[in-house]
Amino acid sequence: MLILGIETAVEHVGVALGDHRGTLATATVNSDRRHAESLAPMIEFVCAHAGMTLRQLDAVAVDVGPGLFTGLRVGIAAAQSLAWALDIPVVPMCSLDVLAQQAARTEDDVVAAALDARRGEMYWAVYKPGDGRMMRLTEPVVTPPDDCAIHLAERDQYVTCVGSGFVRHHDSFEALTRTTMRADQATWPSIDDLLVLAGQQAAREEWVEAHMLEPLYLRVPDAEINWATREGR
Amino acid sequence: MSTTSFTSATSALNVDESTVVLAIETSCDETAAAVVMGGNDVLSSVVSSQIDIHAKFGGVVPEVASRAHLQNLLPVVSSAIEETGIQPERVDAVAATVGPGLIGALLVGVSAAKSLALAWQKPFIGVNHMEAHLYAGLLDDPTLEFPLIVLLVSGGHTMLVDMQDHGRYRVLGHTIDDAAGEAFDKVARYLDLGYPGGPAIDKASARGDAEAVDFPRAMLHDGLNFSFSGLKTAVINHVKKNPDVSNDDVAASFQAAVVDVLVAKTVRAAQQTNAKGIVLGGGVAANSRLREHMSTFGAEQGLRVALPSRAMCTDNAAMIAAAGWHRLRSDGPTSLAAGAYPNLRLPIDSSGASSK
Ligand SMILES: [Zn+2]
Repeated sequence: MLILGIETAVEHVGVALGDHRGTLATATVNSDRRHAESLAPMIEFVCAHAGMTLRQLDAVAVDVGPGLFTGLRVGIAAAQSLAWALDIPVVPMCSLDVLAQQAARTEDDVVAAALDARRGEMYWAVYKPGDGRMMRLTEPVVTPPDDCAIHLAERDQYVTCVGSGFVRHHDSFEALTRTTMRADQATWPSIDDLLVLAGQQAAREEWVEAHMLEPLYLRVPDAEINWATREGR
Repeated sequence: MSTTSFTSATSALNVDESTVVLAIETSCDETAAAVVMGGNDVLSSVVSSQIDIHAKFGGVVPEVASRAHLQNLLPVVSSAIEETGIQPERVDAVAATVGPGLIGALLVGVSAAKSLALAWQKPFIGVNHMEAHLYAGLLDDPTLEFPLIVLLVSGGHTMLVDMQDHGRYRVLGHTIDDAAGEAFDKVARYLDLGYPGGPAIDKASARGDAEAVDFPRAMLHDGLNFSFSGLKTAVINHVKKNPDVSNDDVAASFQAAVVDVLVAKTVRAAQQTNAKGIVLGGGVAANSRLREHMSTFGAEQGLRVALPSRAMCTDNAAMIAAAGWHRLRSDGPTSLAAGAYPNLRLPIDSSGASSK
């Protein structure tokens, strides 16, 4: 099963191509928000270097969020169009699942994955390793870091924390005694982890048709909030 | 390892009457896709408008627009293909608007178009939205002869363009402050006539007296540039001083002032350039008084006046495909490393050279 993985929901852009043999070609660019410029040439690059053409693909996997709105739309529009044109399914990937995946090989403890969501908030979810993969204990949410800290304190288990959300908001978690900040780990979801996870999901046929692909924003646009809270509505 | 991509291989593509371009337009609040053959034969043109979504906010909200574009994109593209009855393999090139427009909105269309080009191994064409508007009139009436004066009036733009040939044009004048459509929106909002402002003012004007208030005609005899912010202020001041004035009369008088300036300058530009005709484009070109007066005064000067259908005046992808076909023929494919350019302009003088 040949899968193309696309990551544009965070600061960097990642593209990888792989099958049952593992990753065949991978590329990562610290894009400085130039996701749309980098993505298509990177897809050409990994295909050329793996000696494959897009017509050989069996599925496209893409990070649907939570993450940067503009970035994740670039990836979804690309993945969706590729899948539609090639008549293959799309494997929707959650950025936090991918972020937590890096701990699957090393951790036995509960793992919390968080990405900085700006405005003093973070996207986060909690996982438990098992069955060779990370199982979600909580669904992804966006909250102030303190809400996450309270949740972890109440959980009263050893928790390993990974991701840019914990790096950015480490102050909120300093009082927790049974929490380990894994500063040595990647703060962003890696494209290699995305591809591994996508392979597992694809094997379970956890995929959708191109037009069914949905972004995971977790936040409504500001204008909607302002409109809904305007007096007299 | 060879990194030669199909992009360079297809630059030798023979662009002719049978070349089929699929185009995507997502620069503002319309998600559109079209299939056009030979640069002028519109096989399909699908537009999904977001006007209803933005109406409650009184204007286009970029994040809301971008989300809607992503949601509408695939259904719009697939209907554009299905309506033609052709197989996707028959598409020879994929075009998308790269600017000007809302960055997040543009990126949805650009990203999709590049992926389709990759999947089908066909060239990608990045199209300037303003250049595409110049082609809308020609799509509607292919018998038009150059040189032409094009008046582009929309919510984002007000400009007079001397179009001498395909890809050869000069911007003769533009607005120094508000776009004409922006003035319509602001005045409509002030008078509580609703959104979008253009059709609302047009409707109210039909009930009002265009001579009720003598609003200023800014820079009427002064060059080919436009200014509408003073007029908007004059309207507000007039209503403040005369609270009992009829909204319909104010709307009609405001519309008359805008139209007088647009028509006078367009006709003058046509005379100065010995144009054979005048073409209207942009959303404001749907305004009934503008259409009527431009026809009358243009005809008085012996000019042919083309009034494209409302569907062609407003944003659509058929015009993107038409402009894309001409660009592909003159410049070849656009690099897949291209992005979106929110502030892309029409060149002040493109004497046959590329517009980018
Ligand atoms: Zn337009």
